[in-house]
Order: sequence, then structure tokens, then C-alpha cells
Amino acid sequence: MAEATEFSARQGVATPPPGVLKRAFDSDVFYSFRHSPITMLAAAITLLGFIGAIFAPWLATQNPFDLRTLNLMDASLPPAWIEGGEAKYLFGTDNQGRDVFSTILYGSRVSLLVGVGSVLLALVLGVGLGLLSGYVGGTIDAFIMRVADVQLSFPAILIALLIDGITRAILPREAHDAAAVYVLILSIGASGWVQYARTVRGSTMVEKNKEYVQAARVIGLHPVAIMLRHVLPNVMGPVLVIATIHLAVAIITEATLSFLGVGVPPTQPSLGTLIRIGNNFLFSGEWWITVFPGAALVIMVLAVNLLGDWLRDALNPKLR
Amino acid sequence: MIAYIVQRFLQSVLVMAAVGFVAFSLFAYVGDPITIMLGQDYNETERARLAAQLGLDRPFYVQFFKFAVNAMQGDFGISYRLARPVSAVIRERLPATLELSLVAAILALAVGLPMGVYTGLRRDSWLSRVFLTVSLIGVSLPTFLIGILLILVFAVILGWLPSFGRGQTVMLGWWSTGFLTASGLKALILPSITLCLFQLTLILRLVRSEMLEVLRTDYIKFARARGLRDRAVHFRHALRNTLVPVITIAGLQLGAIIAFAIITETVFQWPGMGLLFIQSVSATDIPVMAAYLCLISFVFVVINFIVDLLYYVVDPRLRIDRGAVGGHG
Repeated sequence: MAEATEFSARQGVATPPPGVLKRAFDSDVFYSFRHSPITMLAAAITLLGFIGAIFAPWLATQNPFDLRTLNLMDASLPPAWIEGGEAKYLFGTDNQGRDVFSTILYGSRVSLLVGVGSVLLALVLGVGLGLLSGYVGGTIDAFIMRVADVQLSFPAILIALLIDGITRAILPREAHDAAAVYVLILSIGASGWVQYARTVRGSTMVEKNKEYVQAARVIGLHPVAIMLRHVLPNVMGPVLVIATIHLAVAIITEATLSFLGVGVPPTQPSLGTLIRIGNNFLFSGEWWITVFPGAALVIMVLAVNLLGDWLRDALNPKLR
Repeated sequence: MIAYIVQRFLQSVLVMAAVGFVAFSLFAYVGDPITIMLGQDYNETERARLAAQLGLDRPFYVQFFKFAVNAMQGDFGISYRLARPVSAVIRERLPATLELSLVAAILALAVGLPMGVYTGLRRDSWLSRVFLTVSLIGVSLPTFLIGILLILVFAVILGWLPSFGRGQTVMLGWWSTGFLTASGLKALILPSITLCLFQLTLILRLVRSEMLEVLRTDYIKFARARGLRDRAVHFRHALRNTLVPVITIAGLQLGAIIAFAIITETVFQWPGMGLLFIQSVSATDIPVMAAYLCLISFVFVVINFIVDLLYYVVDPRLRIDRGAVGGHG
């Protein structure tokens, strides 16, 4: 960001340092945002997805997990525009009379919670270890990078599955169901830190030899303070890109685990669980129970992926 | 060279030891196998007898050593869920997974490579744009959803292809193959497409970016300046130089395909190791989990080791600095 403003300042676009908002508005990043309709659409969809998830209790037409609001007479209705559908159930209902639209809103809540949670965990873990590895070097660096190498040679989903499997074996069933969301965050987060650590380590090794870090060292700042307050802000650009793309991956991983039946329990379904449930009714022709949660998942992931791609290009003009 | 190989080999052994230790810890500390095997009602003598029979009364390191020796001979004990030796169960399931993975890997390479070359050479044509858009969707579509949609279209609506199982199989010794019957081949189509799609997009994007990179280099310009035909420049000079990373990534992806088969096998109820693993995780069938873990880790470690050696053979620059290259699969 700092580089971007500097660049536009040199071109004489924003000579005096105005307010933060103005600076952000004039920045290269925002410029490329304004000139890419697809990115704007993706941002709008992502925002809409988050709003829908956060305000699900107010936006949904019914609480699908409150048994009193369900009516078995309304079970397995097709979407509203197909014959036999009802206007109040836009995307139809499932076999227990739950409004598919409402279950999607509630489901995306769980999906996004796990997605954001595991990205944050991986980010904190990866950035911390990367900083330490790059700044301290030596044996610690060698050890962390070896572990990273090994973990990278296994697919993340396998590691997440393994962590989930172990916690499932350790905890009794009820406790596991109650803690399922946190177990998922832990297993997806712990399987995704390597990317962050590698990137941050690389940029930290470059930054630590620059004058400002030497100056900070000379005036006697604590190494931890140097790492967090001086090096960290200068290595965050690429981390932002990784985090965005990782969010898409984390959402997919959660959905996959839940689909496989080792994710969140059916009492608190995510989009993946909904697809798993709907899958059972595919052969009786009730396609809407699966297809709409699936579409919601794909659209959300696609939008986040597009945002990530754009951010990568915008922060790194070399790639264009 | 020798030192490098030895170092890589030691690292591989270390990884396998670590995986073995995790697998063993699962055995030793997770759940109580005796309770699981005997159910809730048992008396102390029965318990002690079984503990002695399973060697659970021995010290920790003796148990680990015994576990390691047995594991190397392919003996992982008896499945809690199926009450049969784990090695027999896995041997039964192995062909299904390997056949599926092989077909998917070949598909991914045979389709992804030409698509990648095309989008790299004609980056602005409309077909390239279509390929790239499709590949973005391919990355955003979770594997299991692709499987479900394929089932919905080709099995439920059109009714052309089976939606589950392997069809009829023929036994070749202990190896059951689906390659030799019509129904076996038909049953392979949907699962292998599902499994290969993600790898296909990965290879497409990799080949494309490598081609773009190589086409910008001086030796390509020189080749053009010499008046070589486009065909010779593209395929003899450009494509060859992109193949090094492509082959190594493709090798690494073979392991990933076997792991991702877990998802595809669940969707299509394909009777392979992945489905077995998922059923074991749900039922906390620890011997099977441990065996699968060791087996798949072994596959990964071997593939990584070979790929590392290939890097070394193919690219002389790495003989000086290995750390700079690593790349992500």
C-alpha cells in the first residue's frame, strides 16, 4: 500500500498527504479495483455472502432448526417457480419441511465461521513462525523449514482429516459434536500455515538487512518489538493475498470434510453438510436440496478466488 | 551427489519414523482396544488374557518396536470394525484405488498438457479465454460437488452411466481389475473425470504460465531470428523446457490424486482404500486408520524422494543451491 501511494505521488496525482480515505482512494490498488468490473462484482458477492451469513436470523424466513416452525405437510416442495412450489419457499423445502433458502443462510454462517477462523489461525501461526524463522535464522529456521517441507509434501486435506480423526478418537462423541466447529478450525488452520511461513520468512530475510531494522537494533529495541512493529508491517502485502486465496481453500476444505461426514454434525449443518444430506435425495428427483447449497458454495468460493487473483495482480504490478 | 542422496534418504526415513510414531500413538493412547473388542461386558481374567495376547502389557518402547517391525512386514493387526486382518482388507481395496488413480492421472496429463500449451501459445484467442474461465471454475468447484453434478446429469437424468461401484470385475490373482469388462470400464468414466478435474486445471495453469515464461526468453527470440518455423520453436524449444517443472509437479500430484481419491470414492461408493479410510475414521477403527496413514505416507515419501533425485539429475543448477527451489504442488 505504502509503495502504491508513493508511486502515485511521484506521478503527481496526490502531492500533499491528504486523509487516509483520500489516499486509499487515489492508490493504485483502488484504481485497478475501479477499473475491473469483475472484481467489483466479486467483492459485492463476497460482501453479500458475509452479510447473509451474519444476519441470517433476521433474513431467513424461518429458523430451520426450530422444530416448532417446521411443517411436515410442506416437506419436499420444489422451488417456487416450478409447478407445486410455494412462493414462501423460494428454493423449495427438504424432506423435513425446512426452507432451503433459510438453511443456506444458516449453513453459510457455519461455513464462513470455520473458513475465517481457520484462515486467522493459519495466518497467526504461519506469520509468527515465518518471522521467527527469517529473523532468528540458524537451527530454529532449519527446524521450522524442515517441518514445513514435510507438511507441504502431504495434501492439506489429508492432514486436516488426520487431525480431525484423532480428535474424534480422543473425545467422546457428544463432546466432539459440541466442539466440532473448533476442531475443524484447528485442523484446517493447522494444515494451512506453511504457505504463510514460507512467504514471510523470505521477505523477513530481505527486510532484516535494511537500514531501518539496523537502526531499530542500534537504539536497543527488543528483537520481538523489532519483529512485530518494524518487520511485520513490511511483509504483510503478500500475506494478504495468501489469506484471501486461503479463505476460498478453507471454505472448500470445510465443505469437503462435512460432506465426508467428519465435519460439523447435522444438527448444526454447514453448506457441506447440507449437500451431504441433499445427496441422499438426488435419486428421488429432489435435486434442489443439493443443487442450491452447492451453487451458494461455488459462487462464494468463486467470488473469493477472483478477489484473491485481483489482489495478487494489483499488489504486484510486475505480473501484468 | 552421494551426500545429497544420503541426506534426502535419511530425511525420508525420519519422516516415515515420525509417521509411524503418530500411527503407533493412535494405537497406544487413543481409545481402549480391549473395550472395543470385547464390548462392555468382560471380566478381569479375560481382559488380562487379551492384553497379554495383544502385547499391551509390555513397556512402551517394546510395543513401538514390535509395531514398527510388524508394520514393515505389512501386518497392522486386526480391524476393529471388520474383525479381519487389516492387510487383507487393504489388499482387497488397493486395486480399485490404484486403477482409478492411474486413469485419472493419465486423463489429467493427456488433456491438461495440450490445453496448457494452447492457452500459452494463443493467449488472446477466445478458446483460451474459455479454457481459462473453465479452469477457474474447476478450481472453485469442490471435487465432491463435481461428482454429484455428474451423477445428477449422467446417471439420474440421462441414465447413461452407473452412479456407484466398480461394475463387474475380473480377478487376476489377488488383483481385481475393472479394465476387462464393459461395465467395469463404464463405471470408471464418471469417477475418473471427477478425480482428474482438479489436477487437470492445475497442469493447465502450470503449463500455460511456464510456456509464457519460456516464450519470453532470449533463446526463443534467437530461434525465431534464425528463421525456424513456429512449429519447431514452440515444440522443440519452448515445450521441452517447460516439461521439467511439469513432470515433477505431475509426479507429486500422483500422490495427491491417491489422497483425493478419498473424496471421489465416497461420492461414487467406489470400493477402494479412500472409502475404507473414511469409514474407519467415522467408526474410529484405529488399525485401519494407522495402516492407511503409513501406506499413503510411504507412497508420498517415495514419490518425493524420486522427484528430488529427478530435480537433481535434470537441472544442474540445483547441484549448488537446492533451497531456492521448492515450489508448491
